[in-house]
Amino acid sequence: MADNIIKVGMADLNYTRHPGVLVTLGLGSCVGIALYDKKIKIIGLAHIMLPWSHQAKNIANKAKFADTGIMLLMQKMTEAGASVNNIVAKLAGGAQMFSFTGSSDMIRVGQRNVEATKAVLQQFHIPVISEDTGGSYGRTIEFYSEDGRLMIKTIGYGIKYI
Amino acid sequence: MDLSLLNSFHLDVLREIGNIGAGNAATALAKLINKKVEMKVPQIRIMGFSEVNEVLGGAETPVVGILLAVLGDISGYILFVLEQRAANTLVNILMSKKPDEEMEYNEITLSALKEVGNILTSSYLSALSVLTGLNIKPDVPALAIDMAGAILSVPAIEFGKTTDTVLYIETEFIEGKDRVIGDFFLVPDTESYIRLLDTLGAMC
Repeated sequence: MADNIIKVGMADLNYTRHPGVLVTLGLGSCVGIALYDKKIKIIGLAHIMLPWSHQAKNIANKAKFADTGIMLLMQKMTEAGASVNNIVAKLAGGAQMFSFTGSSDMIRVGQRNVEATKAVLQQFHIPVISEDTGGSYGRTIEFYSEDGRLMIKTIGYGIKYI
Repeated sequence: MDLSLLNSFHLDVLREIGNIGAGNAATALAKLINKKVEMKVPQIRIMGFSEVNEVLGGAETPVVGILLAVLGDISGYILFVLEQRAANTLVNILMSKKPDEEMEYNEITLSALKEVGNILTSSYLSALSVLTGLNIKPDVPALAIDMAGAILSVPAIEFGKTTDTVLYIETEFIEGKDRVIGDFFLVPDTESYIRLLDTLGAMC
């Protein structure tokens, strides 16, 4: 397990065949979208920052948005041999790190990220089989090709697997 | 203007902005805790999102983050990130306890920390205001104690709407020889740092 650990940064995505682990550190309002083809054990992880690409001025980086990020990850995974019918999704993140009382428009970006992610996955008919989203705390996630389990580490809220 | 078009002269001016703002905040902090506070030369960090997580010694480092939106003639965020140990000491000094006494996070200590954030960011921004003649004010502070990566991602997301790079003006505060207290991040949005440069005559 020590080999083939791939880090996925913010606004980034990657996939790997078995055996492999995809890791993303310190998810806040961003959402980690973990896709798993259970038959051939290909896993993919997208770390998206914003919900919809059409709401942004610059869409050069597709991994930044829920809609284009999922599309790109699906494309890469299917090219690598995954089948859309076998892919399931797990979600983590989408927290609200700071609770603002001021006039900031940043409120609820985490929640909007989760909503957009689910809407896009539904378009692809990909079931979300488990999730750990919302709250007000950061998460580090590790996604294992072995069995598609997703480990979620937090500060003060323990470790869990979904 | 694209961030990549900033030349070394622009970066020097932004560094000086950090210097003046953080210098004022360091003085305020020194008064608050009655100790000498040093600061390092500000760093202008222009980076892709994938690097944001690595600032501050790792994405999973637990820190105390106090975030305020910047209002007025410029907009963006100002973030004061305190090492947990430093936050502990700071609160103890403010509450007349022994500096190394274990602190409990509760309503009182959290609001003390927010107030520290408020005072320091206000001094930072008022120095900027004087320097540029622009009206720059902080909004109400919000606080989070969590992973550095998750906290730093909050201002980064705002950048994400328009660019693929972020610009952080970072200044580290140090007490004594090497005890790191925390880091100040001024994160002006794209239009705002152009305005800052423009006001200071650095855009031509």
